[in-house]
Amino acid sequence: MSTRTMSNRTMGALKVSARGASWRRVSPWHLLLAPLALAFALPLVWLLLSSVMTNAEINRFPPALWPDGIDLGGYRYVLGNAMFPRWFANSLIVASVAVVSNLLLGSLGGYAFARMRFAGSRVLLGLMLATMVIPFQLTMIPTFLVMKWLGLIDTLGALIVPSLVTPFAVFLFRQFFLTLPREIEEAAWIDGCSRLRVLFSIVMPLARPALATVAVLTFLTTWNDLSWPLIAINHDTQYTLQLGLTTFQGQHHARWSAVMAGNVITVLPVLVAFLLAQKTFVQSLTSSGLKG
Amino acid sequence: MTSLPRAITLAPQSQPRAPAVSRRGARRRARREKATAWAFIAPSVLVILGLGIVPVVWSLLLSFRADDLVTPGRWVGLDNYRALAQDPNFHTAVGNTLLYSALFVPLSLLGGLALALALNRRIRFIGLYRTLLFIPFVVSAAAQGVLFSFILDPEFGAANSLLHKFGISPQGFLTDPDQAMYLLVLISLWSGVGFCVVVYLAALQDVPRELVEAARIDGAGRWRVLRHITLPALTPVTVFLLLWQLITALQVFDLVYVTTKGGPLGSTTVIVYFVWQQAFQMFTAGYGAAAAYVLALALLVAGVALRVVRRRQGRVVEGALR
Repeated sequence: MSTRTMSNRTMGALKVSARGASWRRVSPWHLLLAPLALAFALPLVWLLLSSVMTNAEINRFPPALWPDGIDLGGYRYVLGNAMFPRWFANSLIVASVAVVSNLLLGSLGGYAFARMRFAGSRVLLGLMLATMVIPFQLTMIPTFLVMKWLGLIDTLGALIVPSLVTPFAVFLFRQFFLTLPREIEEAAWIDGCSRLRVLFSIVMPLARPALATVAVLTFLTTWNDLSWPLIAINHDTQYTLQLGLTTFQGQHHARWSAVMAGNVITVLPVLVAFLLAQKTFVQSLTSSGLKG
Repeated sequence: MTSLPRAITLAPQSQPRAPAVSRRGARRRARREKATAWAFIAPSVLVILGLGIVPVVWSLLLSFRADDLVTPGRWVGLDNYRALAQDPNFHTAVGNTLLYSALFVPLSLLGGLALALALNRRIRFIGLYRTLLFIPFVVSAAAQGVLFSFILDPEFGAANSLLHKFGISPQGFLTDPDQAMYLLVLISLWSGVGFCVVVYLAALQDVPRELVEAARIDGAGRWRVLRHITLPALTPVTVFLLLWQLITALQVFDLVYVTTKGGPLGSTTVIVYFVWQQAFQMFTAGYGAAAAYVLALALLVAGVALRVVRRRQGRVVEGALR
């Protein structure tokens, strides 16, 4: 709101340079925002700091708040003695398969719901949307039984199959395709292209925002999930990073620096992905949120 | 797909004089279209409904049975629900979940709104501030849990180290039954408020400018503009966030599992933790399913109630904008 008042007051200056006006004097809002932002960042800074501390630094009382030097013992332990590389690979496999398959199956389904007429399409779409609000604990026991019946428990398959395609992906693609003009497709359709070819060679190249949104949110949710791997996986060779980190912490209470090194490895891919695609990310969240 | 060549031969004719296409051809095309559509949606239907709708029914059936997930169970009717009504652990879990939700939902909304209003300006570093406030949201609950178990560790944690510097005696934090739940709420707020901020920030861009300016010309101060224009315009978003955060809060599990495992003394056992324990630790899956259904019913009631409120408030907003 006060941007509006400011813009009224400094209308002349704004006309010259919108930036110059706000840069010339320091806004008092910094006094509030800077400490706040710092407070939010602090736990993550502490995570990074403690991952390069020695255990001796952590174990003395009161514990050190700043490391004397950078010690990579925690990382060495985690990458050498523990199974973190394996868990990292497992998480990567599960998340990548989920992303690719959500893009593929979600766009196929979304396209059919957006463009094709068939009996029962409205009912089916409604049912799919309804599953979005079904709480996880209601489905987790039967899903476990289904996976057991399929013989997938204790394999990465048990983690992949339920996340192959989400109602969110189907719905998001449908909404996006509905905004595209039909005419572009009709030309190709008349030229005799099959629906599949129209979808992949004409529609998909235009659907980049939707593809990005689905990819980003699918990656985030599958990479970060703990509860389902906890139920579906018992053997530590099949752990994901989240599950591995949690168990590792339980077993290594005295090795906090190693635990924190493992934690950094768990968080880093998502943080990097977020910083690289921040705009897409925030847009996906708000678009999914505001349309809900 | 086998009839692909036919489409190619048909197409040139249909372009110049579309009505000339025979009715049989059209019907055939419609049938093929239907088959293609089904082929497109089949995987989604199988996965989403197979692992969405089917389990919901299955869970309901399970809740009427005594089942350990290994040996064949038996039908016990409403016994599980009756037992739940008398189970003090379940009552504690419901109470804890309600306490968590009652704190997390309003605080994350209020905090999110306040921060969004503060961040809704063009000043230097604003992008950095927004990023820093939002970044905890992408950190997984497991990572948050592990990180805060360390920070709040009574012996080795930075929190007690900091308190020591200010001369405050060491705290039990997550090992203290009186503090654990409140700390879990704080951790959830740290990571969860960013989502509300982002959604509110986006919504603030849509607040009708003319209204704000008109009110200012009429002499309205900042507070009155906020109360009478901004907040009413944000109502739909607020209702969405309320519902979303409530669903999230009632389902909290990961953070509890990683930090406290429901303890100390059951002070952080939430409903989902209770369900998980029953089904996968005690092997009383039917009992767990019944507990899950009780929670689902609560969610349903909350959802319907919110929908009613939304409809009523929708009218209020329209009135305000008129």
